[in-house]
Amino acid sequence: MALKLPIYMDHAATTPCDPRVVEAMLPYFTEKFGNSGSRNHRFGWEAEEGIDWARERVARLLGANEKEVIFTSGATESNNLAIKGAAEMYEKKPAGQTGRGHIITCIIEHKAVLDPVKRLVKEGFDATFLEPGPDGIVTAKMVEAAMREDTILVSIMWANNEIGTINEVREIGALCRKRGVIFHSDGTQWAGKMPVNVEQDNVDLLSMSSHKIYGPKGVGALYVRRRNPRVRLVAQQDGGGQERGFRSGTHNVTGIVGMGKAAEIALQEMDAEGARLLQLRQKMETSLTKAIDVSQINGHLEKRLPHLTNISFGFVEGEGLMMAIKDIACSSGSACTSASLEPSYVLKGLGVGDELAHSSLRLSLGRWTTEEQVDFAIENITRAVLKLREMSPLYDMHKEGIDLSKIEWAHH
Amino acid sequence: MAYSPKVIDHYENPRNVGNFGTTADVKKRADVGVGIVGAPECGDVMQLQILVDQETGKIKDAKFKTFGCGSAIASSSLATEWLKGRTIDEGLAIKNTQIVEELSLPPVKIHCSVLAEDAIRAAISDYKAKNPGAAGGAASAPAASAASR
Repeated sequence: MALKLPIYMDHAATTPCDPRVVEAMLPYFTEKFGNSGSRNHRFGWEAEEGIDWARERVARLLGANEKEVIFTSGATESNNLAIKGAAEMYEKKPAGQTGRGHIITCIIEHKAVLDPVKRLVKEGFDATFLEPGPDGIVTAKMVEAAMREDTILVSIMWANNEIGTINEVREIGALCRKRGVIFHSDGTQWAGKMPVNVEQDNVDLLSMSSHKIYGPKGVGALYVRRRNPRVRLVAQQDGGGQERGFRSGTHNVTGIVGMGKAAEIALQEMDAEGARLLQLRQKMETSLTKAIDVSQINGHLEKRLPHLTNISFGFVEGEGLMMAIKDIACSSGSACTSASLEPSYVLKGLGVGDELAHSSLRLSLGRWTTEEQVDFAIENITRAVLKLREMSPLYDMHKEGIDLSKIEWAHH
Repeated sequence: MAYSPKVIDHYENPRNVGNFGTTADVKKRADVGVGIVGAPECGDVMQLQILVDQETGKIKDAKFKTFGCGSAIASSSLATEWLKGRTIDEGLAIKNTQIVEELSLPPVKIHCSVLAEDAIRAAISDYKAKNPGAAGGAASAPAASAASR
């Protein structure tokens, strides 16, 4: 059968809805359209039942109690609620010499974590932004070294969205527990793909998203620990008091039901799917790095998500490369592909060389990725890189033995 | 981002890709002017080489190699097309705005055209530095017209 083009290899950005998810959602658009806040009629009860059903499934995915799951509009809102809500709740009163309290996070977190922390810094909190080593891993040791008397919150993502590296979440959680510090983890790329047990993993607050796990967009969840310790948050949105007052606003019932179904499927299929995608990713990485000289896989080689790879191909520019592989939908760390025209701060944060940071592709596989698609990608990417190198003055210089780092470039 | 058909055409069928020798070779050649502009960390490096008829001051041939996005490749490809057959002074008349217009570059890609103009200027000034006597080609113009008769 002919391959349907373009092929989608950007599952870390978003995933298609699983048809089983859509099917579960459909009745909630038309027949069971009630407002879960309507306590006095059947329509309201049905909506509430749907939410309870979904909450149970999300809780099961996380190894949590259903009372610990707060539905939000997505991981960005979950991160904002967790970070700002915890900082405001646990702030030092009166403020100490270094402000209202100290927060530890990391420079390669998603903007939805970095920007809330930066806002808190403006509002009188103090923060440390950890710099991981070239392998991209944040360790418990790094967090411990940054801990202070006034540290109130640590926010370290579970797995990185650009390079897929996995941080020492369980160990960082244990450290925080020992020190009496609240630990939040952005689990957007992890939860639903890899096993979570909030008890064993020592997480107090965990953000997750529905659309990364084959559920609909516009819905997410925040796990909020209820015991040992009971975590409290200052709500960031006030109103009808939904979600035990943590998050007011009429429930997105269809979205929540979809997320519940997505969580159920994720839990059932996670192990087999992880193993399948790891094999495909390994094939892709081995073939590409073998066929193309001066290419490198970014981030720690083993401690990575099974379905995601970030590869740099020296001497070709990412956006130019993506134009040559227009039948493969993926992302690049190149400055030109981002709205801000800035190169990837994640790769820069890892100390990846400039010409390699601009030359990176992030390929992320998913539930419907086939081996045929992977073979197509290998062939096309190889051909494109070799073609662009024919056009690259940097590749000529490299072949002539000129050290690119020694050239004085004219900066714009 | 959607590319204009002309950018796509230049990207898919780049004109005049190449050089007139290795970095060391072209340094020694007085009839070749080399311009390298941009920086790897900015995501764009353009190398433009012109082969000049030292008698007439006319650009006989032009070659480019570019590390960059599709618009950068298209801008340098177009620059080589426009340079061929011009005198070096006529080459200096090429402006980035003309490249923007020809390729319908969106605002975020204007820097690609600026880089191409810089590359043209750099290549021509390299040629002039190697040929201090042949200012612009005006001096050799009478000889050229004589030869063409």
